[in-house]
Amino acid sequence: MKLKLRNGLILALSCVLLSSCNKPATNGEQVIKIGSASPLTGPQAHLGKDNANGAQLAVDEINSHGLVLGGKKVHLQLLVEDDQADPKTATTVAQKLADDDVAGVIGHLNSGATIPASKIYYDSEIPEISPSATAVAYTMQGFNTAFRVMSNDRQQGEALGRFAVDQLGAKRIAIIDDRSAYGQGLADQFEQAVKAAGGTVVAREYTTDKATDFMAILTSIKAHAPQVIFFGGMDPQAAPLARQMHELGLHAQLLGGDGMQTPLFIKLAGRDAEGAIASTPGLPVLEMPGGRAFKKKFNARYGEIQNYAPYAYDAVYVLVEAMKRAKSADPAKYLAELPKTDYQGVTGHIRFDRNGDLANSAITLYQVKSGVWQPLKTMQSTK
Amino acid sequence: MDIFAQQLVNGLVLGSVYALVALGYTMVYGILELINFAHGEVTMFGAMIALAVISALTGTHAHLPGVLIALAGLLVAIPACMLLGYTIERVAYRPLRNAPRLAPLITAIGVSIVLQNVAMMIWGREYIPFPSILPSGHHHLFGARITDVQIAILVTALLLMLGLTLLVQRTRLGRAMRATAQSPQLAGLMGVNANAVISLTFIIGSGLAAIAGFMVSAYYGLAHYYMGFLLGLKAFTAAVLGGIGKIGGAMLGGLLLGVIESLGAGYIGDFTHGFLGSNYQDVFAFFVLIAVLIVRPSGLLGVAAGERA
Repeated sequence: MKLKLRNGLILALSCVLLSSCNKPATNGEQVIKIGSASPLTGPQAHLGKDNANGAQLAVDEINSHGLVLGGKKVHLQLLVEDDQADPKTATTVAQKLADDDVAGVIGHLNSGATIPASKIYYDSEIPEISPSATAVAYTMQGFNTAFRVMSNDRQQGEALGRFAVDQLGAKRIAIIDDRSAYGQGLADQFEQAVKAAGGTVVAREYTTDKATDFMAILTSIKAHAPQVIFFGGMDPQAAPLARQMHELGLHAQLLGGDGMQTPLFIKLAGRDAEGAIASTPGLPVLEMPGGRAFKKKFNARYGEIQNYAPYAYDAVYVLVEAMKRAKSADPAKYLAELPKTDYQGVTGHIRFDRNGDLANSAITLYQVKSGVWQPLKTMQSTK
Repeated sequence: MDIFAQQLVNGLVLGSVYALVALGYTMVYGILELINFAHGEVTMFGAMIALAVISALTGTHAHLPGVLIALAGLLVAIPACMLLGYTIERVAYRPLRNAPRLAPLITAIGVSIVLQNVAMMIWGREYIPFPSILPSGHHHLFGARITDVQIAILVTALLLMLGLTLLVQRTRLGRAMRATAQSPQLAGLMGVNANAVISLTFIIGSGLAAIAGFMVSAYYGLAHYYMGFLLGLKAFTAAVLGGIGKIGGAMLGGLLLGVIESLGAGYIGDFTHGFLGSNYQDVFAFFVLIAVLIVRPSGLLGVAAGERA
């Protein structure tokens, strides 16, 4: 009797749990799962959460307008996973999403996590659109499932290198990177572009994506008297770097990529952020074709945009548009439609080249003036 | 600018913070033979609590001088961390006092994870900026540039170390601590309240950790719920380098580790002509640790551990 009661309880409990999982499927709607993978814990959690929020906003919008695929009403469900910005965890998360039969994945945030995960999505034939991974290698693996709605490091690093030499007129340039796939990739492309444009790299130093002390490497850089210091890495490192440059009396122009071009950088670096220049692929949020409306919607629900939320938002729409054209959410059917994407999104006009990279993208340089990132210059990527 | 002098200043400032945290590890180890892995998290709590107070004060009392606001933050953080350290010992370690040594060690790791997550729930996952309220002046010393904050860190750390040495060597409490470290049972027979001494050890260590946490966040301008992990690991390394259980060893090990890291990162590229870069900074520190441990297995100032009576 006692045993029976317990079994009954377990049954009742599992019913509750199961029904809460499949809640939207009540009125005969088909549920299509889409994965979102980004770090939700650790030093880059603020950026990861931003991506998940961007994707969630798109999913909720599509659901509220109602989505019909091949005559059937469809309900989208976003499975949000935490990859901890860690390559190993990313593969575990990717396998979990593949086992959950997601129709597509928005992610991951970091190149270091995106690249190992992309192999699993490719093997499981699940399309993946990264809103923020910029390492060149990601789309160079020959995977027909790998796409991104962000310019890659070659496009960004090349533009930054040209900018440093041609626009800033710098001859002596020092480079620091955080040894992550993103930071290193960006710094390598930057270095090539600087040399091609006739500049000299006087020092190349390294740190990690968890470091806060840069006094040692900055001191050794200071001995080489550079005019520009380029940092390939994220904002939690870029901010103390800016502060310590100031403490050492190192008067060089700090230049960085999109990992640094965030509100958090200014918040953390305080008055030492002043004058720093960093690029972001695409246009300023307010200059994006749909930026103003997106910012309003996003702010109302989640507060300030950290960085990549509009791209995660567009990535969901790119997936869903391909599904609409294929009249199916089955990856086997709609994957062939993704390369034909021609979508006017919030972030711009999205078309893919044969690798899955953006066919054309603008890169905007910003400078911190009076405590705000102000657009400085827009450059076209020439791959 | 003299590069070498500058690297030495960088290293000493970094090292003095390592030393303060390392003292907490080494004092607890000396008495309990327990590696208190939660100590790094106590440091983090120190930084976070101080920052919470400072942020609140800069909002409401913006007219006060920055140094005063920072001090207020520190003065709240120290007793809060002392209470935290006492609670950790009382709740997590004392019930396991006579358990096999592995049990409190695993508990320590557990406490560390719990504290990290509690901090994440209270203060969120984002980096928290330290407001620019401290004076930003600087001086030149032997060709190196040293800021007011760096001087304050170095002087405070050295004074604290001096104070702790006097406490342990010259006071009744210090004698009780040394006696308990030698043999808790025997010290008990001589009328020393071992539990009280152990509690006080945790309280003192946590107070130092609070100050170190505050210094780190003021120096680098930020705090984060994860910051205690790496700092704790480095400080633990410093304690082992100097000879764990030896108070002088923790001071020496901390300062040495800071200087090694600084000089290593600064010069390794030049010495190897770019073959090894500054990305080997941490490897360099651990290489020195291994080299020292091969020659002196119980650390620089450690004595070969005999069986305890």
